[in-house]
Amino acid sequence: MVPLTHVIIFSFIIFAIGMFGALSRRNVFIVLMGIELMLNAVNIALVGFSSYLSNVAGQIFAIFVITVAAGEAAVGLAIVVAIFRNRFTVNIDSFNLLKW
Amino acid sequence: MIKYAWLIPVFPLIGFTINGLFGFKYIKNRAHYIAVTALGLSWLFSTLVFIDVLHGKTAEIVLFDWVVTPDIQAKVAFYIDQLSALMLMVVTTLSFWIHVYSIGYMGHDPGYPRYFTYLNMFVFFMLILVMGSSYPLLFVGWEGVGLCSYLLIGFWYERESAWKAGMKAFITNRVGDACFILGMFIIWYHLGSLDFKVVFEKAHHLDPAVVTIATLLLFGGATGKSAQIPLYVWLPDAMEGPTPVSALIHAATMVTAGVYMVARSNVLYNMAPLSLEVVAVIGCLTAFFAGTIGTAQFDLKRVLAYSTVSQLGYMFLGCGVGAYTAGVFHLMTHAFFKGLLFLAAGSVMHAMSDVLDMRLMGNLKKYMPITATTFIIGALALAGIPPFAGFWSKDEILHHTFTTGHYFLWFLGTLTAGITAYYTFRAVFMTFFGKERIPEEIKHHLHESPKVMTIPLIILSVGAATVGFFGLKAHGETSYFAQFLAPVIHAAHEHGAHAAHHEAAVPASVLIALSVAVGLTGILIAYIVHLKRLIDPDEWVKKLWFIHKVLYRKYYVDEIYFALFIYRVLDLAYIFWRFDQWVIDGIVNGAALLTRFLAWVTRVCTEPFVVDGAVNGASYVVDLSARVLRRLQTGVVSNYMLFIAAGLLGLITIYVFGRLF
Amino acid sequence: MSWEQIIFYLFAALAVIFAFLTVTRRNAVHAALCLIFCFFFIAGTFVVLNAELLAAVQVLVYAGGVVGLMLYVIMLVRGEDASQVKQALGQKIIAAFISVLLVIQIGSIVYLSFAGKATGRLAQEMARYGNTESIGTLLYTKYIFPFEVASVLLLAAMVGAIVLAKNKLER
Repeated sequence: MVPLTHVIIFSFIIFAIGMFGALSRRNVFIVLMGIELMLNAVNIALVGFSSYLSNVAGQIFAIFVITVAAGEAAVGLAIVVAIFRNRFTVNIDSFNLLKW
Repeated sequence: MIKYAWLIPVFPLIGFTINGLFGFKYIKNRAHYIAVTALGLSWLFSTLVFIDVLHGKTAEIVLFDWVVTPDIQAKVAFYIDQLSALMLMVVTTLSFWIHVYSIGYMGHDPGYPRYFTYLNMFVFFMLILVMGSSYPLLFVGWEGVGLCSYLLIGFWYERESAWKAGMKAFITNRVGDACFILGMFIIWYHLGSLDFKVVFEKAHHLDPAVVTIATLLLFGGATGKSAQIPLYVWLPDAMEGPTPVSALIHAATMVTAGVYMVARSNVLYNMAPLSLEVVAVIGCLTAFFAGTIGTAQFDLKRVLAYSTVSQLGYMFLGCGVGAYTAGVFHLMTHAFFKGLLFLAAGSVMHAMSDVLDMRLMGNLKKYMPITATTFIIGALALAGIPPFAGFWSKDEILHHTFTTGHYFLWFLGTLTAGITAYYTFRAVFMTFFGKERIPEEIKHHLHESPKVMTIPLIILSVGAATVGFFGLKAHGETSYFAQFLAPVIHAAHEHGAHAAHHEAAVPASVLIALSVAVGLTGILIAYIVHLKRLIDPDEWVKKLWFIHKVLYRKYYVDEIYFALFIYRVLDLAYIFWRFDQWVIDGIVNGAALLTRFLAWVTRVCTEPFVVDGAVNGASYVVDLSARVLRRLQTGVVSNYMLFIAAGLLGLITIYVFGRLF
Repeated sequence: MSWEQIIFYLFAALAVIFAFLTVTRRNAVHAALCLIFCFFFIAGTFVVLNAELLAAVQVLVYAGGVVGLMLYVIMLVRGEDASQVKQALGQKIIAAFISVLLVIQIGSIVYLSFAGKATGRLAQEMARYGNTESIGTLLYTKYIFPFEVASVLLLAAMVGAIVLAKNKLER
């Protein structure tokens, strides 16, 4: 049997990589991919705990996370399309309107 | 069927939601399709549930957890037993026919969808009130119907009198509701639960003094909602609302909530003889006072309003002498005949272009025969003439009052029965018989109301004539009605003993004959005075101008309340205003003067050196820090994400160090 | 070492590698392909952890749906060559620093809290019903309300995406 610690650490390595991608990259698609990786890391942790506690509820929550992730991807990509239509770029540094 | 009882309040809720969201813009004058259908379904389900209950089934339907804390656990659960099933029948039947009636009555009103929205919301809350399985849930319904009552009294909010009456009802009820909440708190504090079942099971652990205080406070709530002394003043003013509202809310259902609550809590009240005595006395006094006021009013709806207050007093008198069954029975019959009377009055109002002064009516039976007939049936029921409904229930109450040894209350109650008969038939004779005193401009469009209004009248008049027969004695001493309610109502022991004792002294038939005789006398007086005019009422008014004036001005209770409470509150506000003006403003002005003086000193002495230096220094610091800090606000999304991640890291670091050291 | 463990570590290592490749590719299309592989391997670890249904959902929704959608949008907005975008070194270093610290800290917490505890107890119970059946039963009974809420959320996301992505000039 796989030790629980390894599953959780695996989950957090994926999370950290996702976070690194979301933080450091300027291509908005790779930022979105990083976010997807982070959400998937949560799923891994949920599945690991579900297996450890022998409770299926964790997997059900993972399904809800996948639902949210799918919605997030759809809306996020729609926002990218909308921004691209206005500014003709997918460089995240051009998303600098938060200053006002 | 009984497990689907939770659907009963859901239908009006759906109707309310649809009409509330789409009524104003899209549904408009078709609102009644939704509202009436919802009520019809509710009525159907209530009937099915009632049949189940008749077969002896009861149920507790737990819907979901409401409050879950270590100290308080509250569920949203419905409790279907004989009492709530009966109330369900009364509420849904009355509501359904009054909804139907409203189609005709409110037909041309611009607020048509709003009206049906409120009406459905009201029915929803009323059903919650009667079905709720705990005091908090009952209270939710209680407040909800109060809100709807407020909204519907002030339905024609363009009229000043309407919105003022709405506010009066709402504020008066707040006083009662505060008592009710305190009562709930006391029960909860001592028993740790507010669930009816738990409270009634554990009630015998309670200290009698605690029960007395709690029940008195709960009754305080009931005096507000059910318009008893001292909080009855709002109900007559509530007649500003549309007439079907008066029929449904302010006669048949909402105002009886207090009676329902007392009957529901009968286990607690039985433990507190003092509270029962208070309930009985207040009920009886209210019945008498409101009845006497009713004799001097000229506004048809106001006569009925005071009669409602008076009849509610009877119900409390019944509960107070331990005859909860009789109280609830009167609640049921009253719902039918008073609903009917109000609807018939509404029909008159509809025809008379909203004129309600009985001095401008007369001989209306020629123009509106159906309305007149149904009104007379209702009036006979209210006057307590056998075999109409009111006779059975009122007689039951008076009988119990007598047999439990409350002779004075019995006397007052019987006297009130005569007064009731008098003012009811005074209204009948002044409105439907005698000389026509109708103004010309109204006369030429007098007409019988449309079928959609007369059919509910006929149905309710059949009810008003017949529901009393449930009070017939089944086997020996108990009526069918009492047998049905027996599982819920626990008779007070000491009162039971009294009953056996006094039963032999005066036979029931004598009491019945006496109360019928009193009722007939009342009608006779009304006949002589107001129809035959053998005694000219106007002359007597002149002779007894003092009494008439006192009664006409409703014992000056409104004026007294204004003088004692409302103006005192205004005085207090005035005092605060003056305090504010003199003391607070004085301090402020003094401070300002002082400040000006100090400012002068400062300007001369310290300003050029200390202050300017500090200001310039501060601005320099701000400027410097801004130069640094503005680099943080880049407006670039990814920078902000970085800050969030750094914050997350910081939090986790704190947690880790907390764990390690 | 059992077969299960070997498969888990193998897939986990591959998933980490492809995740890292995903966030370091210059070309977004390459990154998306790496992401698909990464998701496949994560799905593989799910199988070892007794979550067969979730593994299937992972492949279908993520690899099939989400990344597919991303590829479409990448092709749609090829206005400028995204691969030419320069990376800011400072932010990259800070991000890497934060990420590594996070893994170290969480790892230490996890190690302190759960050391010596093994997964897999679900397996025996699962064997009786099957993973899909037990999840489905729970999802349609106890979790029916969250399930319906999730469906409303998806609807809202769908409507939102259409509204956002619609060309305003077409109106």
